[in-house]
Amino acid sequence: MNANLEQIKQEILAGAEELNSSKEVYEFKKKFLDGKTGKIGLLMKEMKNIPNEEKAAYGKGVNELKAWALEFLGGLDEKMKAKELQARYEAEKIDISLPAETTAEGNLHPITLVRNEIIDIFSGMGFEIYEGPEIETDYYNFTALNTPQDHPARDMQDTFYLSPEFLLRTQTSAGQIHVMEKKQPPIKILSPGKVFRSDDDATHSPMFTQMEGLVVDKGITLCDLQGMLDEFVRQIYGEGTKTRLRPSYFPFTEPSVEVDCSCFECGGKGCKLCKGTGWIEILGAGVVNNKVLENCGIDTSVYSGFAFGIGIERTAMLKYGINNIKMLFESDIKVLNQLNDK
Amino acid sequence: MLAPLSWLKDYVDIDITPQELEDKLFSCGFEVEELYEVGKDISKVVVGHVLTCEPIPDTHLHVCQVDCGEHGTFQICCGADNVVAGGKFPTALVGATVYATAKDHKTVEGVMTIGKGKLRGVESFGMLCSGVELGVSENMYPGAGYNGLLVLPEDAPVGADVKPILGLDDWIFDIAITANRPDCQSIVGIAREIAAVLEKEFKAPALDYTEDDVTIDGFKVTVDCPELCHRYSAHFVHDVTIAESPLWMKRRLELVGINPISNIVDITNYILKELGQPMHAFDYTTLEGDAINVRRATEGEKITTLDEDELTLTTENMLICDGVKPVALAGVMGGLNSEIRETTQNVLFESAKFARDNIRRTSRAVGKSSDSSARYAKGVDEYATVMAMKRALHLIEELECGKVSKLHVDVNTGNSVEPRELTVSINRVNAVLGITVPNEDIVRIMTNLCFEPKIDGDTLTIQIPAYREDMEGYQDVAEEVIRMYGYDHITPTFMPTAQVTVGGENTVQKTEMRLKKALCATGAHECIHYSFFSPSDLDLLKLPEDAPERHAIRIMNPISEELSLMRTTLAASMINAVMRNQKKGNLEGRLFEVAKKFIPKELPLTEYPDERQTLCVAVFGEKESFFTLKGIAEKVAETLHVEFTYANTTKTFLHPFQTASISCNGEEIDYLGKLAYDVADECDLRTPMYIMEMDLEILSQWYGKKAMFTPLPKFAEEQRDLAIVVDKNVTCGEIESTMKEACKYITNIKLFDIYEGAQIAENQKSMAFTVLFTPKDEAFTTESVDGFVKKILKQLNKKFAAELRS
Repeated sequence: MNANLEQIKQEILAGAEELNSSKEVYEFKKKFLDGKTGKIGLLMKEMKNIPNEEKAAYGKGVNELKAWALEFLGGLDEKMKAKELQARYEAEKIDISLPAETTAEGNLHPITLVRNEIIDIFSGMGFEIYEGPEIETDYYNFTALNTPQDHPARDMQDTFYLSPEFLLRTQTSAGQIHVMEKKQPPIKILSPGKVFRSDDDATHSPMFTQMEGLVVDKGITLCDLQGMLDEFVRQIYGEGTKTRLRPSYFPFTEPSVEVDCSCFECGGKGCKLCKGTGWIEILGAGVVNNKVLENCGIDTSVYSGFAFGIGIERTAMLKYGINNIKMLFESDIKVLNQLNDK
Repeated sequence: MLAPLSWLKDYVDIDITPQELEDKLFSCGFEVEELYEVGKDISKVVVGHVLTCEPIPDTHLHVCQVDCGEHGTFQICCGADNVVAGGKFPTALVGATVYATAKDHKTVEGVMTIGKGKLRGVESFGMLCSGVELGVSENMYPGAGYNGLLVLPEDAPVGADVKPILGLDDWIFDIAITANRPDCQSIVGIAREIAAVLEKEFKAPALDYTEDDVTIDGFKVTVDCPELCHRYSAHFVHDVTIAESPLWMKRRLELVGINPISNIVDITNYILKELGQPMHAFDYTTLEGDAINVRRATEGEKITTLDEDELTLTTENMLICDGVKPVALAGVMGGLNSEIRETTQNVLFESAKFARDNIRRTSRAVGKSSDSSARYAKGVDEYATVMAMKRALHLIEELECGKVSKLHVDVNTGNSVEPRELTVSINRVNAVLGITVPNEDIVRIMTNLCFEPKIDGDTLTIQIPAYREDMEGYQDVAEEVIRMYGYDHITPTFMPTAQVTVGGENTVQKTEMRLKKALCATGAHECIHYSFFSPSDLDLLKLPEDAPERHAIRIMNPISEELSLMRTTLAASMINAVMRNQKKGNLEGRLFEVAKKFIPKELPLTEYPDERQTLCVAVFGEKESFFTLKGIAEKVAETLHVEFTYANTTKTFLHPFQTASISCNGEEIDYLGKLAYDVADECDLRTPMYIMEMDLEILSQWYGKKAMFTPLPKFAEEQRDLAIVVDKNVTCGEIESTMKEACKYITNIKLFDIYEGAQIAENQKSMAFTVLFTPKDEAFTTESVDGFVKKILKQLNKKFAAELRS
């Protein structure tokens, strides 16, 4: 009887030598250990034919064989699986230097990016965003801004007229009047938008984007204008950037100033970007002319204000190193692809 | 404006360097756009005394020994025909820079450095120079125009730098003048500012002259259009001798870019630059009727200007006439019939103030501009008008080229050229600036500006000279104070008196930005196109004559026809953008633009047009299809938390069977579709393009709609796959909506397969859907779901004769 058990054991040992995969191990195991059909299982069924006195020894022998087979084949299974896993990994070896696969994402236009950046800064300072109409009347674009019909400042801008009364706004300042007509101070608005002038060359486009800021409240001064602009340039161009005011002229502000900021490329030492001056012209500004406030029914004995206008294209061109403004309106995918803030 | 330093120095003592003066001007509001020395390219050229001059055999050259004083004596070869022993000539030493000329010895071809040379075997250590080589013209120095050596005066000190002798050491300031300061469009105006900023005395130009007794009886000036001509003064000058102007005058005119002509004409130009007042001189003998009449032209009236151009005028143009005929187009150009000639003996000078806007418009309308019209267009003041006539008469005497009569007629509208008083509060001036400028500084600054200040408590009283028409109130005073006091005194503050305000974008602005970002996430790049487009763009879109898009607002003065209409659709700009990309070899991509369409209520505009915020998206490339673009439309819907429905439609520029209208809550918001092949061919598109427009004004009513949480179903959902065979023309949308009508438990339907072919009948197709049923109050049983399916199939059969595919 023991010879039979031993035979099975030898059979397992010999058979195991032939096994090459966990699947074969599984099938092999079933051949011996399946409760109903396995060779060891069948041995248990033989019990009834075993004389009573031998039953205990027989049972013990079969159980021992079964336990051994379980352990032996279990170990084999584990080894086989480990080998197979290793093989699978090896089969999946990749060349990690192959190009990355990405989902193509589009970009916001550089003008939008700069616009958003500026809006973020001024929103934080309490500025509301107001967008006025692109088609304006002569009154809102000029007259209300202290630029009557024969005013010399009208020569500064070549205006596109749509009718004797209507025109394409030449400045987002036009929006100031709409806001001040509807609202009493405190007023803090930022007015981004497209403006139009009859100019067409490498640095001028007949359409461009401005961002006009206006503050009207009690006791607003030129010092406040510079304080706010200092904060603005520090946020957009980095710590340590300073502003410089110098006299200029706009009909709707008095005094009017051009604002330069210390060159963010060279820190003011002088470089190609700032043409060696250490300063870069960034915007025009000034204390709001009383006539403008009065035109909107604001009491100038109580309130005063300042206004500033930023050219977005210029800011974008400085920021991205673009030298031809036309590039911004040509929608060349190869260009747009490069200009992102991600 | 060009201002030579030497000319400025006539009216103010300048004891700082040109660069320091540039900084001073910059600080007080006058940006010097360019500053250069007249002889900036000339260096190391000295007075040379030719000791000996021997011809080099068989050549036109001479070999000279040239004494250059402290620099030494050099052997120099020279080819000029006027080189002579004993003469003094400009001598470029080795290492000097001068202008290189072409073979004609006249055309400048850049700057060259003089080196040691050898001509025909003879060594040469320098060069004797001509006027051209030094950049000196005949007008700058007599004899400089000769095609040979420039001859220096006998008393020129040997070895001295030639630049001071030839006027090459002068500096030119090209100054930008802001529109509020037309009084600074002149040498004298700038000199006044320099005097103020340097705190020096301003030395007024000489205006004295002596009148004789000559007059013309009955001579009169009439102004019929005082609204256009605010002042007109005329003065008669007789016994005129027309000749060349003296060197100093010719040189100055040359330095500011004016070509000298003759003394009388030069005087008018000189005054234009010096005082900023255009003047005109008529040959009196050509004037008929002993009269000057200033009037509007009649419609169609003609004048021939002195450049021999015949102009046709309207009543918007102003003429200067004698007793009979027009003799000048006011402020723009004199008439050919009355111009100064070599034979002129009597002259009538005109100094007038014309309405700036009229001159500007006339100049543009007739397409003729002159130094005068350009100056008038910036605005002149009567202070200068009066001064200019005196100055002209003074110069007549100084140049000894005529006699000043006593015939002077001045027609004016009563404007004073005396100073006017302005009173302001010092506190308010300081309140504009935000700093307190000490009273003594205010007084000092106002005094320097010739405002004759007086302070009484808080009250500042100043006298504004008539040329400062810009000075109106305390803000103007504040500006004058700070530009002279210095902007560096401004101390930044952060609105300490202002109230706190809530900032940021509104819902529409925020939503549009979310929409743009969502579109970027689909791979589309944002672009920005001009708000105007071309009439040919409307043709490109094949729009019929009566299409609403053709009802576009026209720009009256466009840059070109291509940019002459305000956009009524964004599609054309987008198609053009794709075309440009394809031309550059970008054959696939996605673009979008958010911009306004301009829809006029009537034309020409009498009220604000409707500016409609619009989204336009284009996709192009072999991988794109109607459905990839529809996917982007769905992305828009998802971003706004709305649902879109689509219906077949047609557009003149789109594929007739691949175009849909898009609606949101029953309201049509525009279209999407494939670009028609004829349009694509016209644009040479190499890959298919699909385009979509959406009216964001309509969609904006849904902005701010939030995604809401729907509680998850309590009972298990059931899913069934149904393959349905229907007629080919039945659409997926029709089947889906019929299914939904048939069973209220359907929460999602997804098409996963379409089959047409051998296994089913011709003209039929099979569509396979996964239908999701979501229970509400109680759990589904197999039977209940089977019941739903039965009902759905029954309904589909009724409507479309649809059968379940077996």
